[in-house]
Amino acid sequence: MFKNFMNWIEYRMPFMEKMNLHVMQYPAPKNFNFWYFFGSLAMLVLVNQILTGIWLTMNFEPSAERAFASVEYIMRDVDYGWLLRYMHSTGASAFFVVVYLHMLRGMMYGSYQKPRELLWIFGMLIFLVLMAEAFMGYLLPWGQMSFWGAQVIISIFGVIPGIGDDLTLWIRGDYVISGATLNRFFALHVIALPLVLVILVFLHIIALHEVGSNNPDGIDVKRANDGTKIDNNVSDKFTFHEYFTKGGKKIIVDAIPFHPYYTVKDIVGVVGFLLVFCAVIFFAPEGGGYFLEAPNFEPANPMKTPDHIAPVWYFTPFYAILRAVPDQLFGAIFMFLAIIFLALLPWLDRCPVRSVRYRSTLHKLNLVNFCISFVVLGVLGVLPATPTYTLLAQIFSFTYFAFFGLLWLYSKNEKTKPLPVRLS
Amino acid sequence: MLKQLFSVLALVASSAALAAGGPAVHLDKAPIDLHDKESLQRGAKMFQNYCLGCHQMEYQRYSRTFRDLGIPDEVGMQELAFTANKVGDFIKNAAPKADLARWFGAPPPDLTNVARVRGPDWLYTYLRSFYADPSRPFGVNNDVFPLVGMPHVLQELQGVPHKKYETRLVDGVSKEVYVGIVADETGELSAEEYDRAVADLVNYLEYTGEPSKLESHSLGIKVMIFLLIFFVLAFLLKKEYWKDVH
Repeated sequence: MFKNFMNWIEYRMPFMEKMNLHVMQYPAPKNFNFWYFFGSLAMLVLVNQILTGIWLTMNFEPSAERAFASVEYIMRDVDYGWLLRYMHSTGASAFFVVVYLHMLRGMMYGSYQKPRELLWIFGMLIFLVLMAEAFMGYLLPWGQMSFWGAQVIISIFGVIPGIGDDLTLWIRGDYVISGATLNRFFALHVIALPLVLVILVFLHIIALHEVGSNNPDGIDVKRANDGTKIDNNVSDKFTFHEYFTKGGKKIIVDAIPFHPYYTVKDIVGVVGFLLVFCAVIFFAPEGGGYFLEAPNFEPANPMKTPDHIAPVWYFTPFYAILRAVPDQLFGAIFMFLAIIFLALLPWLDRCPVRSVRYRSTLHKLNLVNFCISFVVLGVLGVLPATPTYTLLAQIFSFTYFAFFGLLWLYSKNEKTKPLPVRLS
Repeated sequence: MLKQLFSVLALVASSAALAAGGPAVHLDKAPIDLHDKESLQRGAKMFQNYCLGCHQMEYQRYSRTFRDLGIPDEVGMQELAFTANKVGDFIKNAAPKADLARWFGAPPPDLTNVARVRGPDWLYTYLRSFYADPSRPFGVNNDVFPLVGMPHVLQELQGVPHKKYETRLVDGVSKEVYVGIVADETGELSAEEYDRAVADLVNYLEYTGEPSKLESHSLGIKVMIFLLIFFVLAFLLKKEYWKDVH
C-alpha cells in the first residue's frame, strides 16, 4: 500500500531520488568533529525562529500605539506566550552564536577555498540577511532600546555623501523613527527577509552538495578512480548516489552516508544545544541583559534617551570598528569592509592547503589573532566610548584587518606540513 | 549627523550617570522571594495603597495578580481593587496624566515592568534612600535618584528620614562623617518593619515584571530533565550506529 503510494509519487516527482541524492546516499566525510554541529544547529534555530515567529505574529500588533502593549499581552495573557517570545528572542542570539561558530569552522578548515567559493559567498549573504532580519526584529517590541538602537543604526546610512539624508528618510519612511518605520520593518521581518533567507539556505545546501563537504583534514573524499584498491575504506560498505561516483569514474574514500550516521550524530548535537538554549529560555531569558536589554522593558520614548545605547551583542564587533574611526564616513566604510573582507577570504587566502592542521604556525597565530580581535571588539562595542576604550578599539580594529592583509601576504608561499593521504 | 548623535549620547550618558548618583551608590540586595505568597500579597496591598494614586500597571490585570497570589476574586475586588469595575481590568488609576506630569515635572512611569528596567536591588535601595531636604519642592531628596520629582509617599510608614552625621576622628582631626539615613520616631513602622514592607513591595513589583517566572522555572526543570535523558539515549543511539564506521 505505502510502496504503491511512493511509486505513484516517484513516477510524478523524483522524491526518493532526491532524498537519496541529498540525504541517504550523500557521502559525508567520516571525520566531522564538534565544529560540524553548527550547520545543522543553524538550520534548527531557523526553523525555531520561523515557527515561534508565526505564533507571535498571531498576537503582535505592528503599530506604534499597540506594539509594546501587545508584546506585554503575549507575555501575560496568551497561553505560553512568554515561552514563544523567549524562544524567539533567545533564538535570535542563538542564531548568531551558531552562525559565528559555523563561520569560524569554515575559516579553520579552509572550507571557503576552491571549489567552495560560491558556497562561502552564499553563507556570507545569509549572514548579511540575518543581520538585517535581527535588526528589524529588534525594533518590533517598540521598547526604548528598540527605538534608540534603530536610531543609531539607521543614522549610519546618513553619512553617505550626497544621498545620506534622503536615504535615511527612505529607510524610515518618516523624518523620525515612527509607526511607519515599525510597519515596514514588520513586513520585511516577517515575510520578505525570511523568504530570502530560506531561499539562500536552500542555495547554500545545493552548492554544498555539488562540491561536497569539506572536513577537518581539508582533503578530498572523492577521487579519480584509477582502479587501484584502497585498503580499509569504510565507504566500500555503503552505496552512494551515482551522481557522486559519476558511474564509477570517481571513488569515494573515507566517507559515510549522511543518513543515518550524521542524522543520529546531529541529534546528539541538537539535544546538547537545546540543554543550553532551554537553560537560557527558562532560567535567564534576558541573557544577563545582553539578549533582552533592560531599557527595552520601557516603551519607546523619542523624548528620553537611554543612559547608554549599545546595539545587541551580535552587532558590537562591527559597531566597535565604526566608532573606532574618528571620521564618520570612513568609520562606516571600515565597518562594511570588515564584512566584505570576510566574503573575499577565498581569494585572499592563496595557500593550496585548506585545514589549519597542516598549515604554518604563522597562520595558526594569525587565526588566533582574528578570534581575539573579534571578541575584544565585541566587548568594546558594548562599553561606552571612553578615550581608553576607543584607543583599544582602534588597536583591535587594526589587528582585525591585519589578519586579512597578513593572510594574503604569507599564504602564497606558506610553509605547510605534508597532507595525509587518508582522513584521520 | 552621527557625530552629533554620539556627542549627544556621551552627554546623556554622563549626565545620566550623575542623575543616578553615579556608579558609586551602593545598592542593597533586596531580600525578595517570589514563592512567599504572603509577602507578595502585602506588597500588592502596599502598591494599591501608596503607589496606585499616581502610578499604574497598564499591562497587568487584577485577575492575573489575584490568581498568581492566591487571592479569591471577590476578596481581591473588595480589598484591593478600589478603582476597578471588573476583575479583568488593568491595574490603572483615574488620575489625569497631564496634571500628574505638571505636578511632578514628569509623568509618573508605569510600574508593571519597573523591576525589569531598574532591577529589584535598585528599587529596594531607592525606596529606603529618601531624606529630608527643604530645598526640594516636596521637602525630600533621594540618594539613589538625586533631584527625583517623586515625594516620599511612604513617609507615614517610615517617619521623616534625615541624613545622620557623626563627629569622628579622621586622621587625628575631628570631622563630621555621614553615617546613613535615619528616620525620626513619627512613622508607623520601626526601621526593620519599614525595610520589610519595602521588600514586600519590591517583591510584588518583581512579580509583576515577569508573572510567568515561577511557571517558567517549574516547567524549565522538567524540560531539562527530559533533555538530559534524551541526551543519554541520543548518545547511545549514535554509538550503536557508528559501530559500522569505527
